[in-house]
Amino acid sequence: MSEALNTIEEFVSSDYKYGFVSNIESDTLPPGLDEDVVRQISLRKQEPEWLLEWRLKAFRHWQKMTEPHWPQVHYPPVDFQAISYYAAPKKKPKLNSLDEVDPELRETFDKLGISLDEQKRLAGVAVDAVMDSVSVATTFRKDLEKHGIIFSSFSEAVREHPDLVRKHLGAVVPYTDNFYAALNSAVFSDGSFCYIPKGVRCPMELSTYFRINAANTGQFERTLIVAEEGSYVSYLEGCTAPMRDENQLHAAVVELLAMDRAEIKYSTVQNWYPGDKEGRGGIYNFVTKRGLCKGRDSKISWTQVETGSAITWKYPSCVLLGENSVGEFYSVALTNNRQQADTGTKMVHLGANTRSTIVSKGISAGRAQNSYRGLVKVNPGATNARNFSQCDSLLIGDQCGAHTFPYIECGNPTARIEHEATTSKIGEDQIFYCNQRGIETQDAVNMIVNGFCKEVFKELPMEFAVEAQKLLGVSLEGSVG
Amino acid sequence: MKPLVALPDLNPPPDPVTEQLTQAFTSQEERLARIEPGWLVALRKAGIARFADVGLPTLRDEDWRFTNLAPLQEHRFQPTLGRPTPDLPAEALDGLALGDLPGDRLVFVDGHHSPALSHIASHGPGVVVEPFSLAMARNADAIRITLGQHADLTKSPFVALNQACFSDGAFVRIPRGHRLDQPVHLLFVSTGRDPGIAIHPRNLLLLERDAGATIVEHYLSLADAPTLTNAVTEIVAGENARMEHIRLQDESKTSFHFGFVRLQQAANSNVAAHCISLGARLFRHEYDPSLDGPGAECVLNGLYLAKGRQLADHHMVVDHAQPNCASHEYFNGILADQSRGVFHGRILIRPGAQKTDAKQTNKNLLLSNEARANSKPQLEIYADDVKCTHGATVGQLDPEAVFYLRARGIPEETARRMLVHSFAGEITHRIQHNGLREALDEIVWDWLESLEAVQIGRRDGSGTHSVAHPH
Repeated sequence: MSEALNTIEEFVSSDYKYGFVSNIESDTLPPGLDEDVVRQISLRKQEPEWLLEWRLKAFRHWQKMTEPHWPQVHYPPVDFQAISYYAAPKKKPKLNSLDEVDPELRETFDKLGISLDEQKRLAGVAVDAVMDSVSVATTFRKDLEKHGIIFSSFSEAVREHPDLVRKHLGAVVPYTDNFYAALNSAVFSDGSFCYIPKGVRCPMELSTYFRINAANTGQFERTLIVAEEGSYVSYLEGCTAPMRDENQLHAAVVELLAMDRAEIKYSTVQNWYPGDKEGRGGIYNFVTKRGLCKGRDSKISWTQVETGSAITWKYPSCVLLGENSVGEFYSVALTNNRQQADTGTKMVHLGANTRSTIVSKGISAGRAQNSYRGLVKVNPGATNARNFSQCDSLLIGDQCGAHTFPYIECGNPTARIEHEATTSKIGEDQIFYCNQRGIETQDAVNMIVNGFCKEVFKELPMEFAVEAQKLLGVSLEGSVG
Repeated sequence: MKPLVALPDLNPPPDPVTEQLTQAFTSQEERLARIEPGWLVALRKAGIARFADVGLPTLRDEDWRFTNLAPLQEHRFQPTLGRPTPDLPAEALDGLALGDLPGDRLVFVDGHHSPALSHIASHGPGVVVEPFSLAMARNADAIRITLGQHADLTKSPFVALNQACFSDGAFVRIPRGHRLDQPVHLLFVSTGRDPGIAIHPRNLLLLERDAGATIVEHYLSLADAPTLTNAVTEIVAGENARMEHIRLQDESKTSFHFGFVRLQQAANSNVAAHCISLGARLFRHEYDPSLDGPGAECVLNGLYLAKGRQLADHHMVVDHAQPNCASHEYFNGILADQSRGVFHGRILIRPGAQKTDAKQTNKNLLLSNEARANSKPQLEIYADDVKCTHGATVGQLDPEAVFYLRARGIPEETARRMLVHSFAGEITHRIQHNGLREALDEIVWDWLESLEAVQIGRRDGSGTHSVAHPH
């Protein structure tokens, strides 16, 4: 009997020794951050010397910086030495069928209207369909290559197109930019690289591809999109499906560069784990996103739907350098329970006749705090610059907060800047009107909230607009008694 | 709402201005202890301790990021506290703006009360309009329990400095149910005889329940000299009290001016505070209203006119602590030459302040290519059943409005003048007191007319101003 037990133990321990776990161990760096860790990351990713140097410069600069505390968010201090800065992509436990998936998660999938195949993929169910996805992805890739479009993971781009990456990396968000951008520059794990050559209109929403090929890129993601003269690309990051992740701190950097007459449309749907109702757990989402309209008549448009994360702290920005360039920012930020969001945009007008539009919709429910913070800056050279900003807040319940912190800096008299903000709540009479017509209170709230956000949703790619609407409904569940 | 994480204490060395002013006060401490009551000395010491501790703000300070105080370091400022009262002949004030205003006038010359220039009518029982220097003898108790209780010295280093260094100012108390018929004119004259003096006026204006008054604070220079004025006014409006408060700042173009007005409002009180600012090389004006009773109403209404290299800074946090209150802020700025306008306004709605109606607007008219405007209109809202809006605009005269007028046969120059005057008129027309509104309109009119002559002259002369974009 004891012999039998021993055999089993041996069997088990041997599995640990050579199997799954030991594999992970070899691919994970111990917690802590110093120059060696930065070197290790670069080494493991087999990066060229120049990139390591760049990471090290960023790291040395980061060491001299202090953590910013100006946003209207509160959280316990982050211990940067307690984080592991490199981990191999996590393997999710494979399930045999959808029946094994957490029923609560399935319910959410159903509400969002996500197809069965995709549900399986998102929940980590092993299915044959995965093969199909890969082949579909390959087809997409061939199609993109035909147009000369480069779309790959960041690591791949560093290997295959080092000159392009080297030329543009850090051109829009230098590593000196801010605390988290410096940290990201030092330790970024992976991300996406996208290059649209001159005169090419990207034939598909890059979202489609991305959704099929989305790899776990880790907590320090880096995205670089370069649109050459006269090109166009629409890119969607994120996913409406709930994403569970063990990494608490996420500090991503996104850089967009638009040359003459190029247009980049960047849409985000963020639904990271927001923590439980009491605010335990949840992701800290500290992101630096910036686009540079370098060429004449170029255009960068940010659209974001932010419903997840315990703390969201991001300001997708446009630097309008080229004459007649256009910057746009459309945002819906929804916070419920104990979530906190401090988000907005920066529009920096440098060139003549540059125009920017800001439409921000903040919805605060439960005990959440939702802030809009934005900068509109017109430099003396930006003759005839034009900005219009509209920031509306909707409060649901009397325990939450909604705040607006715009900064307007104008240095050219021919500029016209307008800022408007309103705060409102869902009126009892509005709910009553709906109830009276047989619409339940929760549906009425969803309807009113979706109407409130309509201006932003119409900027999203079609299928995501539909999902985003449903997502708001799911996120607001239980917020009205 | 304090951040959970303490900010790193960088302990910068004190700047020369802070050091100089702190020393100037310390040298007088012994003398003050002999002549002033203990509580007042303690109040002053608390002020200087706080000031020495925080020092002058820098551009790294979020509340001061557009207002550079470095020019203060060009001078060695000496507080007027303890100096002899300067002698000023009555003729010096001849032809002065608001000079023919009926009602009481209290005149302070370089921070000290001048009985010869002041005149106070006899009022009903309980009405007090006097300088602190006299009131201390007769109303010591009332002053002791109110002075420094409302203007929070942690809100600005200049409040702390004033609390330490104030020499004199007005003490006004209107008893329950009494309404003053005539405005009270508080005139603060800076003679400029002594460049580098730092004048610290301190006013305490108390309106008891159902009381009413119109009070004008008027700051003026007689000569062009680098002086510093740092005034603090505490206004306490009792239940259902009504007050119109006007602040006119017309100091010399080389002076520095800091003003802080605290409004403490009880239920159903109504305060309309207007400020018209045209002087000073650098000025900062702060309102600190607290709507601390249900139904209180507050209007902050300001016009700032700046030219040359002037910097005009307005800062306010409207604190809604109780339900059913209303606050409206209207600030218009006309900025010419290389002047700068800075505006920071925050509406804070505390939890439970339901049914608040708050509105805030800041409009900036830029009249030259070098003028700059920075605006931060903010909302911080912790209650759901409220109506809050804010808006800000920056730009030059609307060419379409000019075209509209020209299409009706009005010459361009006249059209521009009409539009600039009406932009200023949006603010001045809210002044309720007829005489004061007319007098202030005139002051604003003259300022604008002098300016527009320059503008139009330059435009015709150089011919480069008209912007045409060939497409």
